[in-house]
Amino acid sequence: MTPKTRDRWLTYLSVLVLLGILVLAQEYADEYQVRILNMVAIYITLAVSYNLINGVTGQFSLEPNAFVALGAYTASLLTLTPLEKGMSFIIDPCIWPLSVISIPFLPAVIIGGLVAAFFGFLMGFPVFRVRGDYLAIVTLGFGEVIRVVANNLQSVTNGPLGLKGIALYTNLWWSWGLALVTLFVINRLVKSSYGRALKAIRENELAAESMGINAFRHKLLAFTMSAFFEGMAGALLAHLITTISPMLFTFFMTFNLLIIITIGGLGSITGSVLAAIAFAWGSELLRAVEEPINILGLYTIPGIPGMRMVIFSIILIVVMIFARKGFMGRREFTWQWLFDRMHRKGIGL
Amino acid sequence: MSLGTLYGLIAIGYTMVYGILRLINFAHADVMMMSTYFAFFGISMFALPWWVAAIIAMILTALLGIMIDQGAYRPLRRAPRISALITAIGVSFLLENLGLVIFGSRPRAFFRPEIFRPVWQFGEIHVLSLSVYTICITAVLLVFVYIIIYRTRIGMAMRAISRDMQTVPLMGVDLNRVIAFTFGMGSALAAAGGILWAMKYPQIEPLMGIFPGLKAFVAAVLGGIGNVFGAVIGGFILGVTEILLVAFFPEFSGYRDALAFLLLILVLLFRPTGIMGEVLPE
Repeated sequence: MTPKTRDRWLTYLSVLVLLGILVLAQEYADEYQVRILNMVAIYITLAVSYNLINGVTGQFSLEPNAFVALGAYTASLLTLTPLEKGMSFIIDPCIWPLSVISIPFLPAVIIGGLVAAFFGFLMGFPVFRVRGDYLAIVTLGFGEVIRVVANNLQSVTNGPLGLKGIALYTNLWWSWGLALVTLFVINRLVKSSYGRALKAIRENELAAESMGINAFRHKLLAFTMSAFFEGMAGALLAHLITTISPMLFTFFMTFNLLIIITIGGLGSITGSVLAAIAFAWGSELLRAVEEPINILGLYTIPGIPGMRMVIFSIILIVVMIFARKGFMGRREFTWQWLFDRMHRKGIGL
Repeated sequence: MSLGTLYGLIAIGYTMVYGILRLINFAHADVMMMSTYFAFFGISMFALPWWVAAIIAMILTALLGIMIDQGAYRPLRRAPRISALITAIGVSFLLENLGLVIFGSRPRAFFRPEIFRPVWQFGEIHVLSLSVYTICITAVLLVFVYIIIYRTRIGMAMRAISRDMQTVPLMGVDLNRVIAFTFGMGSALAAAGGILWAMKYPQIEPLMGIFPGLKAFVAAVLGGIGNVFGAVIGGFILGVTEILLVAFFPEFSGYRDALAFLLLILVLLFRPTGIMGEVLPE
């Protein structure tokens, strides 16, 4: 068996193990744990696709909240029944084509992704004419514009009231299914010649262009791709929390993703996955600091709401100052690495 | 008009730091927010007259700006610029959330001093005296800024460093002192802008900095980033455009926050160095 086929079988095996865990979780875990598992999967999807543009291509952008919002709104508007829409849209009735259609979940998710990708594609034209810091600000502005539009376009998005009563379609199969598809596609993309071109752009755009790489087209590809997956993740998110409003899609969401990908290592898919798991889990664990803490039954520190974000911000700053490469740097997990480790420790295979 | 000058005041801080460090100081907007709280507590807890509180708030804010630079940005001077940018976003979130934790998320009413209250009438136009004073105060501060940048040794050092960061320290200029001074000055101006802002829209909350901050940044880019007077002109244009939009198309007033970014995208497309910026070869 060549190492390559061995690695492939090991990957299939680990996916099977994961599916097994999910079956068990579906059967035995309580609602809260299932919810965390769903969030973990959505965070993985978001972080990996965000990392494609920020880490792999090296184009520092701050817009995922916009694509998530686009996907979430599109899919929710498509799955909500006309009756529910009539009830939600109090101030302005919903505009015509949207008010009567209602389609199943899967096409709605895909259309959500496509709409996000379409906007990503359009946005790419002005956005990638600038670089570096400007890119960050323009994309940040784009995220804000989407939110402002969602707030004001009463007849489509129901404005600040948001959409309610979205059916709870997202379950572990949907969320982890999307996460796996995202991982598979982006992993293949990064390892293909496109991926090498993207990395070349990250390292030195001028040099890459002089090697015959059309930097603009590749950046646009990565941007559209990441928008597509972020939009689908947004659609799943909307059908998980069942209520969406513009306030959900602030820069705050982008900030969380930024923490995930920098801690995991900009440019490392493995790092993003690990950090996404750690983040989703950690933010649940850190709820403890927001609750009253009792020291030896003598003294009670009152709970401080908001303390979690203070801790996250400090973690981000500390990581940036002392461990700039993050947890994984640009390395990836490979089976070969695991075998080498085992050999060194004297565990033969 | 006074809105534009406020954007301008805040934009100066962005543009000065960017001119020297090539860093977008995301935390600048939140430094401004902190300044309004300093002033707020100065007035309400220590019963200081408003102008004493404002001056103390400016000094404290300047110190805060210097502390942020020394604590968070200085270790990253030689790091890739993206790292510093991420750190800046981190600092910004830290300040916002510290504000939420310490001051609470409830907005607080800010004090508007007696002399800023009367409404003056010029012919047909009614003007709040605060708006006129805002423009005057900004003008005075700008004269100060001009004197510091073009007539003092430290200003000369600042201009020199923005031209060439490698060589200037070799000439015996203490780089970190100059950068610290820049942060202090930018933050103090942001404090002035923030306090005037809080008097104009008399309530403060920990997240109030975000939108003025983003727009001030747009103003800085509009005017040509790195150029102090460009920043003021950019702020002016942005403020006037925004007011005109609301005045002539009231049905679009909800979109005023989006306007700044549309302007930004247009400017970057057609004149990436801004109105006053020099056209640099790449």
